[in-house]
Amino acid sequence: MLGKLDWSAIPFDQPIPLIAGAVVLIAILAVLIWVVVKGHLPYLWHEWITSVDHKRIGVMYILLASVMLLRGGSDAIMMRIQQAVAYQSQGYLPPEHYNQIFSAHGTIMIFFVAMPFVIGLMNLVVPLQLGVRDVAFPTLNSVGFWLTATGALLVNLSLVIGEFARTGWLAFPPLSGLSYSPGVGVDYYAWSLQISGVGTLVAGINLVTTVLKLRTKGMNYLRMPMFCWTTLASNLLIVAAFPILTATLAMLLLDRYLGFHFFTNEAGGNVMMFMNLIWAWGHPEVYILVLPAFGIFSEVVSTFSGKALFGYRSMVLATMAICVVSFMVWLHHFFTMGAGPDVNAIFGIASMIIAIPTGVKIYNWLFTMYGGRIRFATPMLWSVGFMVTFIIGGLTGVLLAVPPADFMLHNSMFLVAHFHNVIIGGVLFGAFAGFEYWFPKAFGFRLDERWGKAGFWFTFLGFFITFIPLYIAGMLGMTRRMQHYDVAAWRPWMIVAAAGMAVLTIGVICQIVQLVVSIRNREALRDRTGDPWDGRSLEWATSSPPPVFNFAFNPDVRGEDAYWHMKAHAQQQSLERDRPEYQDIEMPRNSPTGFVCAFFATIMGFALIWHIWWMVILGGLGAWATFVVFAWRDHDEYVIPAEEVAAIDRVNLEERRSLISMAGAA
Amino acid sequence: MAMTATAGHAHADPHHIGVVIEHPGPASKRIVTAYGFWIFLLSDIVMFSCFFAAYAVLSGQTADGPKGSEIFEQRNVAIETVCLLLSSFTCGMASIAADVRNRFWFYLGMTVTCVLGLIFLVLEFREFADLVARGYGPSRSAFLTAFFSLVGCHGLHVSAGVLWLLTMMAQVFAKGFRADVLRRMMCFALFWHALDIVWVGVFSVVYLLGSGA
Repeated sequence: MLGKLDWSAIPFDQPIPLIAGAVVLIAILAVLIWVVVKGHLPYLWHEWITSVDHKRIGVMYILLASVMLLRGGSDAIMMRIQQAVAYQSQGYLPPEHYNQIFSAHGTIMIFFVAMPFVIGLMNLVVPLQLGVRDVAFPTLNSVGFWLTATGALLVNLSLVIGEFARTGWLAFPPLSGLSYSPGVGVDYYAWSLQISGVGTLVAGINLVTTVLKLRTKGMNYLRMPMFCWTTLASNLLIVAAFPILTATLAMLLLDRYLGFHFFTNEAGGNVMMFMNLIWAWGHPEVYILVLPAFGIFSEVVSTFSGKALFGYRSMVLATMAICVVSFMVWLHHFFTMGAGPDVNAIFGIASMIIAIPTGVKIYNWLFTMYGGRIRFATPMLWSVGFMVTFIIGGLTGVLLAVPPADFMLHNSMFLVAHFHNVIIGGVLFGAFAGFEYWFPKAFGFRLDERWGKAGFWFTFLGFFITFIPLYIAGMLGMTRRMQHYDVAAWRPWMIVAAAGMAVLTIGVICQIVQLVVSIRNREALRDRTGDPWDGRSLEWATSSPPPVFNFAFNPDVRGEDAYWHMKAHAQQQSLERDRPEYQDIEMPRNSPTGFVCAFFATIMGFALIWHIWWMVILGGLGAWATFVVFAWRDHDEYVIPAEEVAAIDRVNLEERRSLISMAGAA
Repeated sequence: MAMTATAGHAHADPHHIGVVIEHPGPASKRIVTAYGFWIFLLSDIVMFSCFFAAYAVLSGQTADGPKGSEIFEQRNVAIETVCLLLSSFTCGMASIAADVRNRFWFYLGMTVTCVLGLIFLVLEFREFADLVARGYGPSRSAFLTAFFSLVGCHGLHVSAGVLWLLTMMAQVFAKGFRADVLRRMMCFALFWHALDIVWVGVFSVVYLLGSGA
């Protein structure tokens, strides 16, 4: 009846996951009770859960990512403490638990923190920057988000029901095969990634179509803000790479569930095929993450330097070059696995070549700052911090791209330090910069600068105190994923790294405090004009938060830096006079399709993990029925009458005009 | 904060090279939908290419089990291929009928497409069942693993296509040729034709090359 599921799945003998799970459960219940008692449930359901508004979905993506960041961060803290104490001892985490933690840490940080964070920001900002009312497929957008949430839910469920994979974040066979991982851990891993992978693919298709087909009048390709370009590149990579992940995990699952022989040691299976396939996805994946961050930095650096982006066209070219070359370097992830010197040399050179467009970008940002009137607001701090950090990470990457050096350093703590250096220094700093930069746009008030800056400095310093020691430990020969060790020389560095982790944690706390303080002082921090940073692109041309339809009129773009152009010509002042009559606006209606679909996907995923076959069929039928019901709707749009559009738009115009006249008087 | 922007000098397009063709604005819903679906199909083809690659890598790994030439039946495959290619034609007829809003030809075209698709699926299922009965199931060897997965993945797509086809017929029956129904029909037709293209690949790589060896 319940497949492999019984009471032994609950780890009653392991206090850490049980207590952690209980705390999380109590927190969730408390929030739910608060929501219900306060009567917020209808609001949440109508305005958020069923929303197909790209801005709301973007915010929900970022919320998911932030919550998961705390989960993945807790794993990181536990690992740092373990390695600080586990010198010639077992530490406090038994090996099977430690292995689950590093696997969950990697999986969560990549798939459920970095991915939703950047996809959330792209969702929130790109339609606004393109001057359009929504993404190409609003309801699918909601489906994509909720499927991602399903994946996150399943991963976290493994904390208390069953176990998570002990195989590392990429689950290499034969270790992840049935003979060496008979438990449900790998199944949790694979099914949550399959489900959230579908969500990611949907988001990718949606955003590619949005950028290529939905741009306002005059928004030629070479007038798009850089963030739109990097969004395009990143989502093209999603469309091309995520199906590889889906196919690879499907093969692994077929091996595990039906006794197939893709990656087994018997009957002619080929383990190296898994390496090639997973990294053919895995390497583009890191560019999927970092390209949007590059876009964010481009926007931030240009805005806070008060200058147009230096070398816009070379930036576009560099972005698209990275997009293409990122598919030709995957083998550098396994130089040591016997491809031979010729192949290694080619992939080593390709890996170094990709540093060239990245270098172009760094110089473009530097030259954008050069001669600019730089304002060191929090988003700018993250950007400058990124440049310093990312160059170091990039250089160690070029070092690792040299095959002979890689033979020394692969699988060592040096590698761990390298990819944290680029992912934290690149993606996470970018996500935080974007968070600080666009927060006023999403919510209508700015974030507190003092706590934001404190958060930056603690994170920045904490990062170096944590990861420079890992570089050194790697040079001293320490391999990654060690539950305990006996080499005295490594120990001091592990202790320093743990101290760095404490500093990093203070940084995270500062950012949480920043959020709380800013919400409390929101009236003082209110952004009335919609343009708090003196921005350059179209998202700043509408109010904060933007109305559901984004723009009362589709803006007419006449050049790069569209909004800067408009401001320079003081068009707002005459806008209303020039404007034709306000017209009714049709917007897509909210739909519970995404939520209901994800509900069934959760049931199906859980049932697949535990081999509860009747439940699998039930979940599948439910998901299909949801789509049929959605397809049967007669009214998928609603109309916002012209008077309402006019009323909303005039309020914002008034605010803007008063500010402009103030500036003119001063 | 001070709004210095208006005082600043105009930042005209610094890269004005020749005549710039102004982008006319967002595309129509029909174009957006079809375009997005094309992108999806491309991603689906990437997924198929992984299974093709796996087949290419593993096709020689028979683990003392049967080779392709020992298990493929040319006649069966020929009938399957004819069914699928014909169904693409009838699907095209149904699309044209939908465009000119002719219910009779639409239902006829879709029904024939459905029947041909089902014949294909039955033949494939019989082939699979027969192989499994002879002890040549997917767990026999890596070659059979790759064969069953690649051909089965295509078969699953055809099954999903049949389900979608029936849903489309029900939609036209209930809602008529509404704009959103027509857009879905266009996507369905793209999907069905794409499966044909994939089958041509399967036919060539698996059955033709496999029979020769």
